[in-house]
Amino acid sequence: MSERAYTVIGTRPIRHDGADKVTGRAQFGADLRLPGMVYGAVLRSPYAHARIRRIDVSRAASYPGVLAVVTAADLPEGPDRLLELVEGTLPLSYARANVLARGKVLYKGHAVAAVAALNRHLAEEAAALIEVEYEPLPPVLDVLEAMREDAPLVHEDLRMKEFGEPTGKPSNIGEHFRYELGDIEQGFAEAEVIVEREFRTVMVHQGYIEPQNATALWNQDGRLYVWTSTQGAFSAREAIAWILELPVSQVCVTPMEVGGAFGGKIRVYLEPVAALLSRKCGRPVKITMPRRDVFEATGPTPGTFIRVKMGARRDGRITAAQVWMAYETGAFPSGQCGFGATCMLAPYDIANLRIDGYDVVVNKPSTAPYRAPGATQAAFAAESVVDELAERLGMDPIEFRLRNAAREGTRRADGLKYQRIGCVEVLEAIKNHPHYKAPLGGPHRGRGVALGYWFNIGWYSSCTIAVNPDGTVNLVEGSVDLSGTRTTIAMQVAEALGLRVDQVHPRVADTDSIGPTAVTGGSRTTYATGWAAWEAAQDVIRQMKARAALLWEVRPEEVSFERGVFRAGDRSLSFAELAERLEETGGPIVGRGTVNPGSAGGSFAGAIVDVEVDPETGQVSVLRFTSVQDAGTAIHPGAVEGQMQGGSAQGIGWALGEEYYWSPEGAMLNSSLLDYREPTALDVPPIETVIVEVPEPNHPYGVRGVGEANIVPPPAAIANAIYRAVGVRLRQLPMKPSAVMEALWAKGD
Amino acid sequence: MRGEKVRVQTTINGQAVEFLCEPRQSLLECLRDIVGLTGAKEGCNDGNCGACAVILDGRLVNSCLMLGVEAQGCQITTIEGLARGTELDPIQRAFLEQGAVQCGFCTPGLILATKVLLERVPEPDESQIRRWLANHLCRCTGYDKIVRAVKQAAAQLRGVRA
Repeated sequence: MSERAYTVIGTRPIRHDGADKVTGRAQFGADLRLPGMVYGAVLRSPYAHARIRRIDVSRAASYPGVLAVVTAADLPEGPDRLLELVEGTLPLSYARANVLARGKVLYKGHAVAAVAALNRHLAEEAAALIEVEYEPLPPVLDVLEAMREDAPLVHEDLRMKEFGEPTGKPSNIGEHFRYELGDIEQGFAEAEVIVEREFRTVMVHQGYIEPQNATALWNQDGRLYVWTSTQGAFSAREAIAWILELPVSQVCVTPMEVGGAFGGKIRVYLEPVAALLSRKCGRPVKITMPRRDVFEATGPTPGTFIRVKMGARRDGRITAAQVWMAYETGAFPSGQCGFGATCMLAPYDIANLRIDGYDVVVNKPSTAPYRAPGATQAAFAAESVVDELAERLGMDPIEFRLRNAAREGTRRADGLKYQRIGCVEVLEAIKNHPHYKAPLGGPHRGRGVALGYWFNIGWYSSCTIAVNPDGTVNLVEGSVDLSGTRTTIAMQVAEALGLRVDQVHPRVADTDSIGPTAVTGGSRTTYATGWAAWEAAQDVIRQMKARAALLWEVRPEEVSFERGVFRAGDRSLSFAELAERLEETGGPIVGRGTVNPGSAGGSFAGAIVDVEVDPETGQVSVLRFTSVQDAGTAIHPGAVEGQMQGGSAQGIGWALGEEYYWSPEGAMLNSSLLDYREPTALDVPPIETVIVEVPEPNHPYGVRGVGEANIVPPPAAIANAIYRAVGVRLRQLPMKPSAVMEALWAKGD
Repeated sequence: MRGEKVRVQTTINGQAVEFLCEPRQSLLECLRDIVGLTGAKEGCNDGNCGACAVILDGRLVNSCLMLGVEAQGCQITTIEGLARGTELDPIQRAFLEQGAVQCGFCTPGLILATKVLLERVPEPDESQIRRWLANHLCRCTGYDKIVRAVKQAAAQLRGVRA
């Protein structure tokens, strides 16, 4: 536990935006209504892969109530650049092509044209009148097939990069990279037990309940105003401006309340389209996505093929690991395979390892990050093999992991040397938890464990703090609040200034009103924006000390500040007393803070799960689930638990039921929330949480981001539990009843 | 232009409300786009997420699955009608105190579902709560804190009634 005594940090205040969220007053993007606003609808491709021969919009354009129609012909064609998104980069040409297809459609659901009309129904009817002549092409839908030399090419112009260098070779492989430590030949030669297995996972969706939406107003002064559901107002501003070839300062993005994102709301989809429609009709245009479009045209996260080989000595030390992994990134490269490679062996100190990774395009929706992007699939493979190794060695799976656990100084697969990390502490917490030793209480039940890791991200954030004459402060921040970060950041300000948390009034600003701030992603917000807010608080303290010095006729260095009280000698003023006297001492005080940490301390998570397998149906029920995670310092323990429970539930869904189900032609067959089964309250048990606190060494309060690592362990932990319940190891996700039954029949049960 | 409009008379949150809508417009659309009550959310528009739930004549309904014209003569309670003046309803307070809200998009539907549940079953057990809430998807919380909030609200409401 953290040793510093805090007043505000570690408490569980009610969120600042709480009342708005429970009264229906919170303004989500679709709730916005502007004077003169009209509605857009998007026409999407019925084919997974086709050339667009001709688009005729004349019937749509003349339909009653229609104000504008746009296609890719309305998009500018500028030079290519790389868009920096917090969890990956994307060439601008691809971002633009994903917004409205030019020349070719690359997946079913790819946007082709859009209409603005007086209401949503008219817009949808008109969109259906757009005539598109397609020349269907053979789609490539499987990651391994896409890698074959004779596979149809998704992009004629894509050239494979290998080990960072262009090869000039046309391919569906965007990139082949390799991470290597030590000498794997020697490592496997030292091994006394070797396990080698292959794993498959399929695409799953982030599954936020709020569909994508955007409202755009191309104002008569030439500026473009956009209101949208995004994880990053500034990254959205940049993407919109670049796609439309505008200076970024011509675009103002107002981030609305976001109804769930999980990585899926970093990209822009509708924003540039709404903007083009608004430019054509001179009115604000709102577009909201139907759920089917959310499934078919946003998100998902990659399906994978992963082969893992690991060797260990009889004394329980892992001597070598070799991985071959290919991720299907959908229509455009995504880079998530690299994240998976960075994270999958991160809990272990392995001297000899080699990971070969391939980013592969297929004719499926362009994949987006999903909570610890790329890591969950990879950990499913690695943690299943680790479990099997422990079993072959006759060792307890936690003892085996402890014997190989990464510590300060251990090298990660990509070469990074860890600062202080909490891997051992997470393992100890699992070992000491009553759940780990509790009786299972019935047949066909089993318990599994697994570890997960996410490296977390630093990056840039801006905050300002204005001091109010009543002794409170207004905090303005650039970070979109997805789940309560207004409060976790305000708590850090309150701690720094000696205030109560309700004396800090946080507000998320639009891109005209605050300095640049990177997206809410990478578990960075409470960490980096909290740090920026802390810096702004230090700026306030510096300025207020000078005011106190002026009043007391001492030098500013003689004024101290502790727990909300300024002192010099025997004189003192509380923060509120001094705040009241700003006008007479020189005027208002506004503190500012900006940070740009290059990295952040990573977070380890673990899961203990009990399952019961019905041998008649293959149905797997999760009976008990404990999530353990290193939070660094838990600013708001309730919010940390909420992250752990939410990530765990998503991991359970990924493990047992969620999947994109495809027709042979590449159409998603389950694009509704009826057929794509997200867990309900009946599908998950009460999720127990254990917060481990190993403070991050650089952050002023020791914060580690906690948003992501928690989703990583569940699929592997559940697979390991199923094995202990019924003796079969499932090596594909989801572990749905039919897959469990096939495994049981193959075993001869 | 399409769509002859129909006049619909309802009572929404205790007030007589009359609106004009096209016969094809769902009750959800009418509430959000015509009446201007945007607390009910559109998550799927096919009755599978529960974000649009409202209370209609004492029953919880997915307002996306009902036409606006079918609400003629009905009493409707939306999330906007729960607080009394500046005082939150005990269910709303319980959701905040238990940290049962993350993004808040599913929250209006879940709070209204809780209201109907507790009117029928004042002391629900864990499995009754989970079964009742299974019509509502929440992607953020893993449901644990929502279930706790329902239990807290139940206890408080029993105290109030006793």
